[in-house]
Amino acid sequence: MSDVKLRRLDEFRWEVPKEGAMRVPGIIYASDRLMRAMGQDESPKQVANVAQLPGIVRHSLAMPDMHWGYGFPIGGVAAFDLDGGVISPGGVGYDINCGCRLMMTNLRDEEVRPQIAKVVTALFHHVPSGVGSKGSLKLPRSEEKNVLVEGARWAVKNGYGSPGDLESIEDGGCLAGADPEAVSDRALERGKDQVGTLGSGNHFLEVEVVEEIFDREVAAALGIEEGRVAVMIHSGSRGLGHQVCDDYLARLVKHVDKIGISLPDRQLACAYIQSPEGRQYLSAMACAANYAWANRQMLMHWTGEALERALGMSPRDLGMRLIYDVCHNIAKIEEHVVDGKRVRLCVHRKGATRAFPPGHPALASKFQKTGQPVLIPGDMGTGSYVLVGTGRAMEETFGSTCHGAGRVLSRAAAIKASKGRAIRREMEDRGVLVMAAAKGTLAEEIPEAYKDIDEVINVVHGAGLSRKVARLRAIGCIKG
Amino acid sequence: MKPYHTFDHTADLGLIVTGKSTGDLYENAAVAVFDIITDLGRVEARETRRISVEGDGLEDLLINYLREILYLYNGERWLLKEIRVIRADDNMLEAEARGEPLDGRKHEIRKEIKAVTYHQARVRKMKKGWEARVIFDV
Repeated sequence: MSDVKLRRLDEFRWEVPKEGAMRVPGIIYASDRLMRAMGQDESPKQVANVAQLPGIVRHSLAMPDMHWGYGFPIGGVAAFDLDGGVISPGGVGYDINCGCRLMMTNLRDEEVRPQIAKVVTALFHHVPSGVGSKGSLKLPRSEEKNVLVEGARWAVKNGYGSPGDLESIEDGGCLAGADPEAVSDRALERGKDQVGTLGSGNHFLEVEVVEEIFDREVAAALGIEEGRVAVMIHSGSRGLGHQVCDDYLARLVKHVDKIGISLPDRQLACAYIQSPEGRQYLSAMACAANYAWANRQMLMHWTGEALERALGMSPRDLGMRLIYDVCHNIAKIEEHVVDGKRVRLCVHRKGATRAFPPGHPALASKFQKTGQPVLIPGDMGTGSYVLVGTGRAMEETFGSTCHGAGRVLSRAAAIKASKGRAIRREMEDRGVLVMAAAKGTLAEEIPEAYKDIDEVINVVHGAGLSRKVARLRAIGCIKG
Repeated sequence: MKPYHTFDHTADLGLIVTGKSTGDLYENAAVAVFDIITDLGRVEARETRRISVEGDGLEDLLINYLREILYLYNGERWLLKEIRVIRADDNMLEAEARGEPLDGRKHEIRKEIKAVTYHQARVRKMKKGWEARVIFDV
């Protein structure tokens, strides 16, 4: 149970008042019900811990899907001044640029549903997934380094998808400043045969149907139509990203002792953004982020191939197209307005999604009117939401919103709750055909292990951090 | 009885290990990690790997050590069956691990442990022997 005091500000916001070593107050976005669950773990304390880091600007923030992480809470957002502020690998997370990608197809619900077993089986066999999954590609070091520098562009250049996809990816699928020299041999070793693999744990590929449209105009502009079939991919930078995080944590734990930053939790280890150590981590992090974008670009390509094969369709008839690709574990150098002044900040989003408003210069011209698409997956077999970014998010949360449903049950508790139950069968009864590479995964990922996605979305919509556009329902799912 | 048990941490995996001495604690911790990853009954001690780590104090040493232990699987696709600590003090540890390369036809991966975290890590002396607590990213 968290011993942190909370003060309610309004319907959707709670303040963690500034106390002790906190440099700024914390703000948690939640409903009554979500807050009751959050108050039972140590995540509010983690919001307060992040508020102690040097150079933090305005607030230590948490989204309604927040849960207890290590160091930063999952669902945490924190921005730091480039002068005197820090970058923290733990504030990005192990799975650097873990994120989501949504593709629409020309297919209709009623065409696919009778063939869903065939479709899910084809995806399961064609898209590498599962523990330690290796791709069909083994990259020589020099080529792997190109992936790290070019991201999704590398994948497009090598025949995965088309150049037009890049403008529908956050940052064009390539984060600037990537330097492979900042990435260890160990990380390169772990990454050599995993690009184009889904991975295990909470990563998935889901076949979904657009069930409800909330904003007709924006949905139409984005190419989202009721009753059409879509595919959502949730994956990240695999072993390479984990190794980058781990390498820099080890290094920065020593570094903070040397430069005398005192931390409430060593997992918050950090370096000044402008220091050689800080810049080096940012260069390595960009490499891992780019690896993840190449990864999702390839997963999309294989998804298309699997669907074409299963349904006996041409790419043209299938008409699969990328709607958007977001990252939800990342730190970015961005421009924001603080106290009326334009400043450049390093925004950490750990289990949080960027939500830039219409007219933002970072968005491709096709999103200038709609705002940035925000993709939020629910728990296994529930479906997903598409939202768009808002001006309010820019003002309050450094252009950020939630990233998912957020866990409520630990993995062990979920396994316990699913004892004696046929989870696959239960999912089928709910209209979702699931195939998983590992036996344990299904039990760990049962729907009640997560918060109610509708409630999380209603909070970010109600608080104005993003606006609902469409809800998608799952009909098929492959898990690692 | 196994000298370890796991505990709940929302999205992650907590581990509490005990040992008669610090050396015993380190040995038990490595075996616990691989007992969670795979069925140790199917792993044979055919090869030897040497582990050598340093740390600033017991917690830091334990985490640096577990980082090496995890890399055996995550980086080298190698499964540990047993380990013997050769030398250890508060700041350094040398050990010899025995096991074999992962073979998809022979071994089953039950669970991936992706990284060890510093969050609430603790090593302490108990009335009888030693106890360590760590949280893993899975």
